[in-house]
Amino acid sequence: MTAESEIVSHPGKSRGLLDVPHYLYLLNLLVKKEVRIRYRGSWLGMAWTYVKPLTQFIVFYVAMDVFMGMGRAGNIQVYPVYLFSGVIVTNFFTEAFGNCTRSILGNAGLIQKIYLPRELFPLASLRVAFVHFFPQLVVLFIGAALMGWRPDVAGLLIAVAGLISVCLFAFGLGLLFGSVNVFYRDAENITDLVAMISVWAAPCFYTWQMVAAHVPWWVLEIYYANPIAICVETFHRGFWWGATDGSFQFAGAWSMRIGESLLVSLIFLIIGEMTFKHLEGRFAQEI
Amino acid sequence: MKKQTNSKLTLPDNVAIQVRNVCKHFSLRANSSIKELIIKLFTPKSKRHNNQEFHALDDISFTINQGETVGLIGVNGSGKSTMLKMISGVMQPDSGEVLIRGKIAGLIEVGAGFASELTGRENVYLNGAILGLSEQQINERYDDIVAFSGIEKFMDTEVKFYSSGMFLRLAFAVAVYSNPDIFLIDEILAVGDETFQHKCIERLKEQQKHGQTMVIVSHSEDQIKALCSRCIVLAHSHVIFDGEPEEAFKVMRKNL
Repeated sequence: MTAESEIVSHPGKSRGLLDVPHYLYLLNLLVKKEVRIRYRGSWLGMAWTYVKPLTQFIVFYVAMDVFMGMGRAGNIQVYPVYLFSGVIVTNFFTEAFGNCTRSILGNAGLIQKIYLPRELFPLASLRVAFVHFFPQLVVLFIGAALMGWRPDVAGLLIAVAGLISVCLFAFGLGLLFGSVNVFYRDAENITDLVAMISVWAAPCFYTWQMVAAHVPWWVLEIYYANPIAICVETFHRGFWWGATDGSFQFAGAWSMRIGESLLVSLIFLIIGEMTFKHLEGRFAQEI
Repeated sequence: MKKQTNSKLTLPDNVAIQVRNVCKHFSLRANSSIKELIIKLFTPKSKRHNNQEFHALDDISFTINQGETVGLIGVNGSGKSTMLKMISGVMQPDSGEVLIRGKIAGLIEVGAGFASELTGRENVYLNGAILGLSEQQINERYDDIVAFSGIEKFMDTEVKFYSSGMFLRLAFAVAVYSNPDIFLIDEILAVGDETFQHKCIERLKEQQKHGQTMVIVSHSEDQIKALCSRCIVLAHSHVIFDGEPEEAFKVMRKNL
């Protein structure tokens, strides 16, 4: 018998997210399982992850730029890239948040039968969202490059920082809503609302100047306290700005915006994890 | 909720599981919706239904030593499965505490972690990992698991095409080869043909020899008697007997 066999513990008590590193292999398998189930019996399979964003992009482009003339009217250069780089951020957030929220009920069978640190399920869902995000990023890369985008290291680093923040934000909210969803299924419906608002509360289709023109400064600050809005802007900086003539001014210094956004995301992560820990003891009996 | 301590928990030497004054109750009414809440507001107090509570376990205490195999028996609804879930950590007691020594793996239900869209092989890996094995450990044991299940031919078939017997065989094989310090078994030998049941019992006996601690919930008197040296009888949320299996079944029948 190994030393591990001598450890005395309370069954079902974990250190939450801190225990996850012991389960990385299982996490990989859970991600693989979820992706497999999503595309079961499908002829196109994973290719769907490319078809969807491409279609979305074409629809938005035709409706908003060609028909409505948003790019011309708002004086936004290379509007298709501006649009798409923002939309994939909100797509990612919507999926990550929705997946995490549904992950607890979705794994009800396991949660009722076998003890595992339950954070594994939302975490696996978050990674599944990444699986779907990656092809969109590829489409964006190619699209932007075709439109004359020149990548720069600073811009890409800023975009990565924004993405990290939005990940933490989505995961924190997912933990919060996922655990509440076990008790009140309303949480699942709220995610759809939040997702819808998040798309419009971030400068995907319009620019921040259009917001600033209509609201006092403090409302703009609240607007920018939203990590999704910041992440969208970091993506504009990373993937769109390099395709323009460089005359576009972003709001405020990047270090401050990103710092602020990371702070907000961390606060939500802590709230989410605390709520999750508080409620998880009753998951098995309430599901 | 109990405070989570990182300070060292202790158990007397050779004790594998200790259950101390565990209570568990369930609320019989689910969470109310806003509509019900409004209706409740306008209902006179005298006519309101109070939230009824069901005591599944009431002040349960027992100790299981390392290497012991204990049968947990009782009629339906006596709290056996709830007790097992408490030991496995799936549920937490309302009061009292459960302490265990070493790694625990439970078969609360066969194939709880199986995904029907994955192949047999993939499910072996997924379930092995769920039961706490590393990738390397599963690689080492893979051949044994498949041999034990006896369904070599179907390992690359999706599990949804399996018959329930095949499914059970594979699930059981993964569970036995996960080889935890404490093995929890809930009614899993109930399915499967006679040959396979026999094979399972032989395998469990072998693991007993290696000092594995087991807790078995079953309605099958034969299986309990074949494996257990001791039985705990639960009735109406209490332990009413703890001792010889022969005697235990008599006590259980008397207290229906």
